[in-house]
Amino acid sequence: MEHTNKKPSQLISKILLYFSLCVFLFISIFPFYWMFVGSTNHTSKMFTNPPTLTFGDQFMTNLTNLNESIGIFRVLFNSLFVSLTFVILSLLVCTFAAYALSKFKFKGRNTIFLVFVLSMMIPYQATLIPLFRMMTEFNLLNTYFALIAPQLCFPFAIFLMRQNFLAFPDSLIESSRIDGAGEFRIFWSVVLPSMKPALAATSIYLFMMQWNNFMWPLVAVNSPEMYTFPVALSSLIGISMIDYGQIMVGISIATVPIIIFFLLLQRHFIAGMLGSAVKG
Amino acid sequence: MLHKRLTPYMFLAPALILFLWFTAYPIVASLILSFQKLEGGKYVFAGLANYTRLFQDSVFYEALKNTFIFLIVQVPIMLILALILASALNSKLLKLRGLFRVGFFMPAVTSLVAYAILFSIMLQDTGLLNQFLALFGIDNIKWLSHPFWAKFSIIMAMTWRWTGYNMVIYLAAMQNIPEELYEAASLDGAGKVKQFLNITVPQLKPVILFTAIISTISTLQLFDEPYNLTNGGPADATLTLGLYIYRVGFSYFDFGYASAMAYIIVVIVAILSIIQLKVAGDD
Repeated sequence: MEHTNKKPSQLISKILLYFSLCVFLFISIFPFYWMFVGSTNHTSKMFTNPPTLTFGDQFMTNLTNLNESIGIFRVLFNSLFVSLTFVILSLLVCTFAAYALSKFKFKGRNTIFLVFVLSMMIPYQATLIPLFRMMTEFNLLNTYFALIAPQLCFPFAIFLMRQNFLAFPDSLIESSRIDGAGEFRIFWSVVLPSMKPALAATSIYLFMMQWNNFMWPLVAVNSPEMYTFPVALSSLIGISMIDYGQIMVGISIATVPIIIFFLLLQRHFIAGMLGSAVKG
Repeated sequence: MLHKRLTPYMFLAPALILFLWFTAYPIVASLILSFQKLEGGKYVFAGLANYTRLFQDSVFYEALKNTFIFLIVQVPIMLILALILASALNSKLLKLRGLFRVGFFMPAVTSLVAYAILFSIMLQDTGLLNQFLALFGIDNIKWLSHPFWAKFSIIMAMTWRWTGYNMVIYLAAMQNIPEELYEAASLDGAGKVKQFLNITVPQLKPVILFTAIISTISTLQLFDEPYNLTNGGPADATLTLGLYIYRVGFSYFDFGYASAMAYIIVVIVAILSIIQLKVAGDD
């Protein structure tokens, strides 16, 4: 490239770059804005020409209607209870397993790990029907147990935690053993405290998984009071007279907490959702 | 020291029990079920009946075809777009990188159901997108009720949801590419496009493979979007394997047939993953 025309062409490509990035940014973010606008307007305002792009005053009306349709507090409670319980239990189960698979040498270790990893390739649909029949047989449909238990052993979480344990120095574990600490104590008070960032990332991942989970709750629950939030939202579009205003409030409520959470914790968030891919 | 030898198994026990109970058993049970048929209220062995029935089922072919269209069109578009965006954001000279990164990633944190419903509202005949296009004199497009545009809508929605996610994976991997490679290429007179094709893409090969496999697996299971956006319609134009399994299993309660279909997905996932690994392995 010649020196004389380097500057203007660089300027043009820079402007083009910023312009296209801004277009993509607009496309990424605009639907969120429009969703909030929709949640504050009457249904009819969503299909006007020209489009309504300003906030209205119908939010409370829409929220009241939404609550009448799906019992918003009940389904929010269900989703929160299921997700939080799931995160705590799954984190416990998966962290234990990951610790065993990374810090002990024992028979079958590699096989067990391989089976966990391979099971991630099995599509969810292949387990759906036997799980449903199992829950039917034991009369567990429409219970929190059915919503929480099946995915507690979550291979990807084991995989993530294992990666992090592998980086923990064995010598520290050895010296604690020489000091006479029990295995469980070593795990709890020597190893785990240094795993806080990994635990945070993994729990965000698990929370997202469960909070957004749709297919299994759709199958496992058929009484509206046990619906999780996504199932309740989806049930709104099945009915004949669709009130888009209340739907917009519903999807806003499903989205806002996660966006706030995301903006506050975005480093952990991204690490959690990407897991070991980041270290690629 | 029996106690010491048992320690790892104690740590593993909860995971193993849950795994056997809720993952391993259902995987096997569904394989067995795929060879069974309901007769007189009981499941009896039916040989390959479910599988042979699949090969004569035109709806199954439609679902298979649609799923592959989503796979072949959407995954490459999304991954290439993600790669281009990531490499634009990777430039140190770019200002506001953090803002762009967070903005592009934001769709990936929303619930699948919520975003599918949002798109279904935007894509109504008199919805936002058509109003916007009207400004440019483009006539109403039947986004959700025309077979071609319904597929297009799902592809568009998935691309919106997932591109930023893949972009962030690429961005993270790009931090590991040594700066000297670009400097040397620059000195040799290679332009940005050449550097992208000859340095960035080859260096990211393992990560691109990773995202391709993950996207393939999740596209083959596609369910939330077609269920909430189009419910498979119009006339099954957006019916996916995942949605058809749900329909056969939980609307018609034909568990054996649905299980056979689920195992077709298992086989396809396995074959495609092996092909992708092989292709990436040959240098």
